Amino acid sequence: MTEIAPGWELTVGLEVHCELQSATKLFCGCANAFGQTPNTNVCPVCLGLPGSLPVLNRTAVEFAMRIGLALNCHVEPSIFHRKNYFYPDMPKDYQVSQYDEPINLDGYIELPSGTRVGIERAHLEEDTGKTSHMGGGGRIHDADYSLVDYNRAGVPLVEIVSRPDITSPEDARAYVSELRSILVATGASDGRMEEGSLRVDANVSVRRSGTTELGTRCEVKNMNSLRSLGRAIEYEAARQIELLEDGGRVVQETRHWNENTGTTSSMRSKEEAFDYRYFPEPDLVSIAPSAEWVTAVREALPPMPSERRGKLLAAVRSASPDVDEHAIADQIVTVVDLGIDALVVAAIAAGADGRLALARGANEAASRPEDARALKVESFVELLHLESSGKLSATQAKSVLAAILESGATPAEAIAKLGFEGVDDAALAVIVDGIIGANPQEWQRFVEGDEKVAQFLLGQVMKQTKGQANGRVVAELLALRKGA
Amino acid sequence: MTAEFTPEEVRYVAALARLALTEEEVASYATQLTSVLGHIDTIRALDLEGVAPTSHAFALENVFREDEVIEGLDRDEVLAQAPAAEDGRFRVPSILGEAP
Repeated sequence: MTEIAPGWELTVGLEVHCELQSATKLFCGCANAFGQTPNTNVCPVCLGLPGSLPVLNRTAVEFAMRIGLALNCHVEPSIFHRKNYFYPDMPKDYQVSQYDEPINLDGYIELPSGTRVGIERAHLEEDTGKTSHMGGGGRIHDADYSLVDYNRAGVPLVEIVSRPDITSPEDARAYVSELRSILVATGASDGRMEEGSLRVDANVSVRRSGTTELGTRCEVKNMNSLRSLGRAIEYEAARQIELLEDGGRVVQETRHWNENTGTTSSMRSKEEAFDYRYFPEPDLVSIAPSAEWVTAVREALPPMPSERRGKLLAAVRSASPDVDEHAIADQIVTVVDLGIDALVVAAIAAGADGRLALARGANEAASRPEDARALKVESFVELLHLESSGKLSATQAKSVLAAILESGATPAEAIAKLGFEGVDDAALAVIVDGIIGANPQEWQRFVEGDEKVAQFLLGQVMKQTKGQANGRVVAELLALRKGA
Repeated sequence: MTAEFTPEEVRYVAALARLALTEEEVASYATQLTSVLGHIDTIRALDLEGVAPTSHAFALENVFREDEVIEGLDRDEVLAQAPAAEDGRFRVPSILGEAP
């Protein structure tokens, strides 16, 4: 167990809310879409109008099963409960959620570091509407009034609850990062934290090193990036440690992370426990997926990120055996996250340089991931060959790749359009000889071993060829003439 | 032995439901809710060995809808039903505290 501060250990459990990418909401046919005009995707069900009745979305259930199975959970027979509370983000005055019989139970995630984090449950529920606090500078406690948009009310969510197996801010970030990759791989979520389709709450507690009883925890909300998650946990742990070292006690409460001040603050005006009076939702019947359905969903799951990273690394290693695995770890994660790994693996299998294929995948292709996933393997391989054989410089290859991703052109077409056909070697030799003849003093210094003047000569060739000569070929021609 | 539903419990449940009750109503509901608990005792007295617990009265499961968009309500019509609206949204009194 690593310590968060001398004499103190950290325990974190994370609750991740993930919006599902179904076409419609969980219990009604309203469109599930982000960023639309407020209150344009509403109906009697999601507005909680009297007499309306919910009907469960089959696709949302299947997405929830995909997520559960990808997280190594058991899919269980489940029911919905009403979670009762008064707050204008839910017009029914209750949220339909799952309580003691959730759809997915007891799984785990393996982090890239090898740490295993348990998943207690991953259950289905509906999202709430969006409230905006007006006046008082937008702060909730000072607001004059609030405005509510119910487009998000009823959007399907899966809430993934981890076990308190996380012991450092780094592991918390790694957990969310890996979970996000898995969710995206299942196709059930777009994983966008900044748009709020992935929201993370952290239960943070500290205890004296070597003790076993968990400390009192605080739930920290409102982190909208992996970076702020790490910062919020660090801050909250330090706050609790200081409190305890001064002889105080931690009060179990919900705290709000403030990105600007880098602090957490209590969200409640007074200490009160919520009593949600959960009871079974009488308007919805139970979900009991058949063994056949569960098997079909399991078998249709695409390979998960950890497996894909392994395959990609093996491919790069087979083509470039001396590769430094630590140096390419981030590129591997990026390429897999963006779904470009199939392209890179296929290019390597077709004979492309391993390191180069990965680098172009993690940089140029990664900036247009959708186009990269649609890119023909032959085009990518052709481009990589042109670069590794020196027919294109690295700078040229990057431009050509960007161009073919953008336009769908073949490498040859893009090269012609960009004017990178270059100068053929014979013509280049003539130009190089001309430059040598025109600059006898510089040439003499180059022959005597002045490396700086090599840049000057190269620059002259580039100037004459309007930058289309390949620097490596020029250098070879110069060396050849010097050595002769 | 029938459990008693105390006046304190009535006030607590009423507060959760945002109901303002008079003392007479508290007393009356305490009596009524105590008799509801009495019904539970009747069920408890039965021999339910081998009867699976149930959350619903109907033996139905897996009732689904396909994931197809259905046109919702007209926004202006919806907002016209609300006590107050502003900027295409429902306007509600300032909310103290957090969303639960």
